[in-house]
Amino acid sequence: MTSLPPPSDKKLGLVIDLDICVGCHACVTACKGWNDQGYGAPLSDQDAWGANPSGTFLNRVHSYEITPEGGVPQLVHFPKSCLHCEDAPCVTVCPTGASYKRAEDGIVLVNESACIGCGLCAWACPYGARELDQAAGVMKKCTLCVDRIYNENLPEVDRTPACVRTCPTGARHFGDLGDPDSAVSKLVAERGGMELMPEQGTKPVNRYLPPRAKDRLEETAPLAPLLDIQATGFAGWLDRLLDRI
Amino acid sequence: MHPAPSVIIFSVLTGLGFGLLAMLGFGLAPATGWAAVVTYGAGYALATAGLMASTFHLGNPQRALRAFTQWRTSWLSREAWASVAAMMLMAPVAASAVFAGRLMPVLGALAAVLCLVTVVTTSMIYTQLKTVPRWNHWTTPALFLGHAIAGGALLAGLGNAPVLLLLLGLFLALTFRTGDGRFADRGHTLATATGLGGGSVRSFAPPHTGSNYLMREMIFVVGRKHAVKLRTLSILLVSVLPALVLLVLPAGLIATLLAAVLHLIGAFIGRWLFFAEAEHVVGLYYGLR
Ligand code: SF4
Ligand code: SF4
Ligand code: SF4
Repeated sequence: MTSLPPPSDKKLGLVIDLDICVGCHACVTACKGWNDQGYGAPLSDQDAWGANPSGTFLNRVHSYEITPEGGVPQLVHFPKSCLHCEDAPCVTVCPTGASYKRAEDGIVLVNESACIGCGLCAWACPYGARELDQAAGVMKKCTLCVDRIYNENLPEVDRTPACVRTCPTGARHFGDLGDPDSAVSKLVAERGGMELMPEQGTKPVNRYLPPRAKDRLEETAPLAPLLDIQATGFAGWLDRLLDRI
Repeated sequence: MHPAPSVIIFSVLTGLGFGLLAMLGFGLAPATGWAAVVTYGAGYALATAGLMASTFHLGNPQRALRAFTQWRTSWLSREAWASVAAMMLMAPVAASAVFAGRLMPVLGALAAVLCLVTVVTTSMIYTQLKTVPRWNHWTTPALFLGHAIAGGALLAGLGNAPVLLLLLGLFLALTFRTGDGRFADRGHTLATATGLGGGSVRSFAPPHTGSNYLMREMIFVVGRKHAVKLRTLSILLVSVLPALVLLVLPAGLIATLLAAVLHLIGAFIGRWLFFAEAEHVVGLYYGLR
């Protein structure tokens, strides 16, 4: 059913720390690896070993250069997957009922056996979180690893999304953002977690923790006086002469 | 947005077909017998061809019937219902004109209204998308309706067709113009998209070396180069030239056909631009639009 359910108390999602992410793309690989063999159609690649490779991914890492006011430029790596929006426009546009938001935990999923591959949901998503698989002709998106987080066949430690489990720096956190006392909610409160493109009105569940302000070096470097070398003798005369012409 | 031929053909032909059927349903071009076969036949042929073209856009067209299920929320689903309902309701009207030589004004008018509703539902598929500011505006349904009415009047051979065509041309120019600044007006920037405001932010490296579905589908930058020329051409062909043909040439099949061909080419160019010039907010993440 593509009507949105009433807002759930439980809002499962990710919190991504932009201060820590080093842009290693391990989450991208882990996500593709897990979702290639579990939920739904595999994530196909086209021309994988050719001149123009392209494929389906549920998570991609962008890199941005930011220059804070009065600061020096810094690189920010920016992983992006479905934000499991509360007012998910991708769900309501779907003509077939394939796209839906779960009433119990807010996860947004695609029932691939009902999807006609019209692509309208991908058009409706502001974040580029949905990709139509070119081999299967159905819409793929982050499942929040729904087949891991509740999977009792996995050891407890693995019952978390593949991307979170694999991240070597601990930049990705998974939890219930509907519960103000959860670890992720506290993290968001502490660090000023942000919504992406809030003006689109999608009310994303996932949050991004902004990069922390960097220290600033003092204006004068300790070796600066040594650099101010005064030429004397013939060199000094030449220096003054050259200054004049 | 990628100007896929299937969606361009779909939206242009259904608009024209349902526009013509609406004119016939309202009884504005009363025809019976063989004449009705031609007029209603043309309307049905255009609408059906358009609807068929739309299925080429699907990844799994064999499940297309499922698109009828979500009319409560989805404009695409409503479009499916409206188009089928309009065609079914128009069928007895057409049959009566062809076989019995009798017009059915009440049912005809009802079916005609449904035809126009179908055109509006088609336009709403695009209008509803907040992610594409150029489309997300009342001018989109107005433009689609304008195309249907003026194009329908042309095909039905109505006397006021030249005036309607000229009005359509004016409105098309208006939508081209007013759409230009809308993305910026809505305030979507890379800073709001990433939350990395407070200073400057630019895309340093995309997530992958090749292209992907998102970029192919939603970031269409090639071809905008000639946009100004194409805008002029589409307005000339869709509106000015067919209006001139209708005014100058003696009324008849030749004039109507010639005007219709010009109009159709103009409509295709205009619809190509409708997609090619539309910028999706996801382009921001790639430092492109
Ligand atoms: S991020 Fe996109 S795909 Fe995910 S719920 Fe929001 S709108 Fe839908
Ligand atoms: S591509 Fe599939 S999931 Fe997306 S709107 Fe179309 S039918 Fe629904
Ligand atoms: S939660 Fe799972 S599906 Fe979603 S990005 Fe992470 S690994 Fe991929």
